[in-house]
Amino acid sequence: MKAFGELTKGIIKENPVFVMALGLCPTLAVSTSVNDAIGMGAAATFVLLSSNIFISLLKNFIPNKIRIPCYILVIASFVTMVDMVMHAYVPSLHKSLGIFIPLIVVNCIILGRAEAFASKNNVGKSILDAIGMGIGFTLAIVIIAVIREFLGSGTIYNISILPASYKPMIVAILPPGAFFTIALLMGLINLIKNKKHKSGE
Amino acid sequence: MEFSRLFVIIVSSIFINNFVIVRFLGLCPYIGVSKKLDSALGMGMAVIFVMTMASTITWLIYNFLLNPATSIFGFDLTFLRTITFILSIAVLVQFVEMVIKKTVPTLYKALGIYLPLITTNCAVLGVSILNINENYNFLESIVNGISAGIGFTLVLLLMAGIRQRLEFANVPKSLKGMPIAFIVAGCMALAFLGFSGLKI
Repeated sequence: MKAFGELTKGIIKENPVFVMALGLCPTLAVSTSVNDAIGMGAAATFVLLSSNIFISLLKNFIPNKIRIPCYILVIASFVTMVDMVMHAYVPSLHKSLGIFIPLIVVNCIILGRAEAFASKNNVGKSILDAIGMGIGFTLAIVIIAVIREFLGSGTIYNISILPASYKPMIVAILPPGAFFTIALLMGLINLIKNKKHKSGE
Repeated sequence: MEFSRLFVIIVSSIFINNFVIVRFLGLCPYIGVSKKLDSALGMGMAVIFVMTMASTITWLIYNFLLNPATSIFGFDLTFLRTITFILSIAVLVQFVEMVIKKTVPTLYKALGIYLPLITTNCAVLGVSILNINENYNFLESIVNGISAGIGFTLVLLLMAGIRQRLEFANVPKSLKGMPIAFIVAGCMALAFLGFSGLKI
């Protein structure tokens, strides 16, 4: 039951994007289409999982003073692997994610989980934590992408939903749309929280 | 000829492709450190400084050690780009922190707490990688680093100015804090979209 809690906390209660406001840059930048968003989520989840495993295995060998550079080195190795694999097998996705693949290195979710969780807990818990956080991140980025792609081009996952007569709201896939979407989603979450808080009293 | 290319890079990095609100790089400090004007200014100065140094050093590393065509070793080590760049930025930030602490203690007091945060600022790694992707030469890379830093500082200061006033505004309860900051950022992005019509 406790293990299940480690897994689910990242998805809703401690969602890295909406609740902790981490990893905002890739969330906003690659959420123009659902396809890119899923690719980004998968890449980040893989890096998060592998770095959490390695860091929790190595936690007794890494000197405390230079732990942050060590974590960054571990993360950067996995990011390089993801970069090369994506370049070889999904070149079109690699091209549309572009600079944001190497930038997974500085995604604060990954370094944050390494510092806050994997360096203090055993491998099993770290794996669950990484999967939960990875799903939470992917979920957040996909939700934003669904809204933006739907409004901006009338499609979801490249499948037309709206009739051809719909005039796409181009601003949704331009930068301002990303900011407005995440602002309203965060506001919605706050609204639900406030309601719950009131009824709980 | 040379100067006009540099001018294009400056205008494009500051306005047309502003690193924060058009390219979405460095959003964490943009939202996190924009509550007060003076701390925003400190952060902005630190970022300009580190970005310039980082563009210089990563360009040298890439062209003299990693790129097979120009490297002194002649090996193709370009796959090490991400690792070497992030490590050199981390070392650079640590080094700058130590130097400033010893030589200009007043500056250290102003910038001190922001410097360690810059290592994980994606705008710094972003500008280094973009310099390579765009095939900029040495001078262009440095200029791009400086102007990216100026662009970051510009929007950070604008945001801080607006958020100081927002403190007293009557914002709906659910939108207080982060959501309203994002709405302001969205409006700013709308304004910056106007620059994308510039043809230079």
